[in-house]
Order: sequence, then C-alpha cells, then structure tokens
Amino acid sequence: MTNSAPAAQDRTRARLPLHWLGVVPFLLFVLLFLVLPTMNIVIGAFRNPAGEFTLQNIRNLFTPSIMAAYWISIRISLASALLGCLIGFAVAAAITMGGLPRWIRSPMLTFSGVASNFAGVPLAFAFIATLGPIGLVTVFLRTNLGIDLRSLGFNLLSFWGLTVTYLFFQIPLMILIITPALDGLKREWREAASILGATGFQYWRMVALPILFPSLLGTFALLFANSFGAVATAIALTGSSLSIVPILLFAQIRGDVLGDPHLGYALAFGMIVVTGIANTIYIWLRARSERWQK
Amino acid sequence: MKKFWAWLALFAGLLYFALPLIGMTEFSLKMRRGEYSFDAYAKVLADPRFQETFTYSVGMAIVTILFGVFLIVPTAYWVRLKLPRLRPFIEFVTLLPLIIPAIVIVFGYIRLYNTSSWLPLTGSATGTNLLLMFGYATLAMPYMYRAVDTGLRTIDVTTLTEAAQSLGAGWFTILSRIILPNVLVAVLSGAFLTFAIVLGEFTMAALLNRPAFGPFMQLLGANRAYEPAALAVIAFGITWGCMALIQIVSRFAPKAQSQPH
Repeated sequence: MTNSAPAAQDRTRARLPLHWLGVVPFLLFVLLFLVLPTMNIVIGAFRNPAGEFTLQNIRNLFTPSIMAAYWISIRISLASALLGCLIGFAVAAAITMGGLPRWIRSPMLTFSGVASNFAGVPLAFAFIATLGPIGLVTVFLRTNLGIDLRSLGFNLLSFWGLTVTYLFFQIPLMILIITPALDGLKREWREAASILGATGFQYWRMVALPILFPSLLGTFALLFANSFGAVATAIALTGSSLSIVPILLFAQIRGDVLGDPHLGYALAFGMIVVTGIANTIYIWLRARSERWQK
Repeated sequence: MKKFWAWLALFAGLLYFALPLIGMTEFSLKMRRGEYSFDAYAKVLADPRFQETFTYSVGMAIVTILFGVFLIVPTAYWVRLKLPRLRPFIEFVTLLPLIIPAIVIVFGYIRLYNTSSWLPLTGSATGTNLLLMFGYATLAMPYMYRAVDTGLRTIDVTTLTEAAQSLGAGWFTILSRIILPNVLVAVLSGAFLTFAIVLGEFTMAALLNRPAFGPFMQLLGANRAYEPAALAVIAFGITWGCMALIQIVSRFAPKAQSQPH
C-alpha cells in the first residue's frame, strides 16, 4: 500500500500534461487562424493609427451613410429570416404532418441540402437569369400577362430583390433544421389534447407552438446571421450599387474607400457584434429546445 | 382541408425553387439568337481562365480536405478518448466560424499576416495559398468536426483503442488503421461538403487575390450575359453531385448502436 501510492501519484503527474498535448495542434490552429485574426480586428476597432486606445472609430460608425448601410443590412436579414422561417415551416409541416405521400419527404430533404449550399455567386446568376431585366419570369409576365415588374417598382438590385434571392438558401436551411423538431412532436400530446377537448387551433397555440418556440426563434437567429454575413451573393447580384455592410467592408478592405483603415476595423467589429448576438440567441435556444427532443 | 394546404405549401415552395433553376438553364442555352444551343457552355469550358481557376480551386479543395482530416480526426478522437470534459468547449470553438463572418476572418488575416508582420504569409504566392487553405479549413471546420464526431459516436472508441494497444499498436497505427477506417464514411461526408464549399467560395479568395473559381465566376458575371448562367448550371451540378455522393456513402454508414455509457 505504502509502495503503490507514490507510484500511482507519479503516473498521474507524468500523464496529466500529456493528455493536453493531444489537442495542442488543434488549439494552435484555432488560435492562429480564427482567434488572433478576430482579436486583431476587435482591438483595432478601439485604437487610433498611433496605437492608442480610442472610441472615435466606433463613434465614426454613427454617420448617416454607415448607419443606413447597417439599417438596410439588418432589414434584409430580418425580412429574409422571417419569410424563410414562415415558408420553411409551412413546407416542413406539409411534408411531415400534412398527409402527403411518404415518398415526397426524402427527395425534398435532399433537395434542401443542395439548395442550402447553393449560395454565393452562382445563385446570383440564377436570379439574374430569372428576375433580371431580361430574365425568364420578367419577360414572361411582360409579354404574356402585360405585367411590367419594373414599373411596379420591383428591382433585383434592391431590398426586395436581395431578400427574394436570399430566401433560396434560407428556406431550405429552415426545412432542414425544423423537420426533426416537427418529428419530435409526439402523437400522444395531440391525442391527450384532443381527449381533453382541444381543437386543432388550441393544440397548436397551447401545446405545439410553445414546445417548438425555442427551435423557431433559434433558427430565426441563425438565418438572420446567415444572411447578414453573406457577401458573395450580394456582390455578384448588385456589383457595389447597393450599400449594405458586407459590401461596404469588402470595398474598404480592397481599396480603403472610407479613407480611414480603422473605420474598417470598426465596421467589421459591428458585424461581429450583430452576428454574435444573433448566434448567442441561437446556441442558447438550441440547448433549451433539445430538452424536448429526447 | 389539411391536405389541400399541405399540397399548396409544397407546390408554392417547389415553384419558387424551380423557377430560378429553369430560368438559369433556359438562359444558358439562349446564346445563339432564335434557337437553343450549348454555345455558352462551349465558350466557358474553352476559356483558359476557367480551366486555370477551376483546377486551382479543385487543388485547393483537395489540400483543404487532407489538412482538415489530419487536424480534425485525431483531435475529435483524442477528445472523446481522453478529454471528454473538454468536448463542449471544443464543440463551441468549432462553431465559431459560423458566428464570425468569413469577411471578418480574412480581414484579420490580411492585417495579421501582411508583409510587415511577424509571419509574412501574404508576401509570396505559396504563403498566400497556404493562408487561403487555412481559411478554407476554418470555414469547413464546423461541418467537418460535426461529421467526424457523429461518426465517432457510432463506434466504441475506448474498447477499440484498448484492444489495439494490447496487441501492441502505437498511436499512429491506431489512428490510421483502426479509427480512420471506422469513421471513413463520416469523413467522406465532411470531405464532399468541404469540396462544395471551397469550390464556390468567393470572399476569401477575392480578398487574398488568388486565382480561384469563385472570383472568376464573379468577374465573368460582371462582363458577360450568357456565360454566367452556364457557370451557374455547372456550379449547381457540382453542388448536387457532392450532396448525392454524401447520400450514397451514408448508406454504408454503420447504424448508431445504443451504447451502455
């Protein structure tokens, strides 16, 4: 006993640091190519060119043109997240509990996987070919039905144009995330509710929606961040004619259009704050919603 | 009544998704006046810049996948085996690239690794390629880690490791001949997703000034009418192909077993 105790102690002492060595390459990678670059931006946002601490860069964000860029970015993200959630939920509900043939479900989920990854430059091309000035739908409506989208105020390079385009990856993402949650609604809950005399509407309002609520709000936050950080689709769609935050930052990194590199840091810091808040809500709510999906 | 609404929702959804796909396909065939032809495709495929950038991006995707596998598989394995209490933390770290927009990350790279910094990666083409590869690996990390970790959940890591060790295997043998073959399906799913992400990626490649496929597509889109639609069809085909491969390899995945612990 007296002999083995120090030996065991020796072994744990010798082994403990070795365990940590196994994740050192990973942590080093994350530090060098994720944490430090981000910290560099955040610290830069609070520094002047001489390297002293300042709040002036953040204050400079509150000019009308930059505020307008943030505002339209936030509006596009809110609209595409909200519509993405509503339409995605409708489609997911249709394929899980709408009484449709069973074979529809699997191809629909596969397609959602493809469409949610079909973002960026090619997606913009697809919408230009469809809703652009000589796109399929535009021409069809003009020649066959006499509806001129342009005179109705629709323009692909605008708030609604971007929102409609973003929906192409927002809706499938919603379908992919919410379908398992809808599957998690137990048949017993519905039966229990109807035995107690609940109507379909009451079941949804008092049982199903409260259970789904964290998933819904969490996915909403994820979709919001998803479109707030989208750069490629916006640039390929609008060139740089629409001033949203990612495009502004892209132009700033390319050529210092704001004339002050530290304003670029502040702009990027603002993006981290917005997507950070949205994603914190998402992660927190996902952890809560998983409690019901056991 | 319920069925009616379900069909309506499905139909509206399908219409919204089908129209842009039909639109881009139809547009890509219209290059020759008055008739459908594959001229736009022929023009794109014959473009030397298409061949260069496409080859470059495919090469980058393969290197990124290899790097990702070498980084993620041992880490996920080690965390499951020896540091289970660290798992929530590591999982959170792998989700960070979803929180921090890619444009912010690459902005940080440019400031941190420029020619006057302590590690001047952007000073040479090789260095910039390396930096871009690390950037891609960062973007793919959430998907890669999740895929590998899900794969590891279906096997009994501890028992397999102890069995291998008692037969005299070292860590390298355990990882390459026991663990990797067992999670190969999961690794492949992550790899195909990484491939799809890297091939279409625009922001990082454009800002690091590398001749990748994404910036080429954007450049063509700004200057031509019909070729971009052909590119969009090709890109959609590649994304579809990657997802189809994931579905196919998933059929060979071992079913998740109920583990006692």
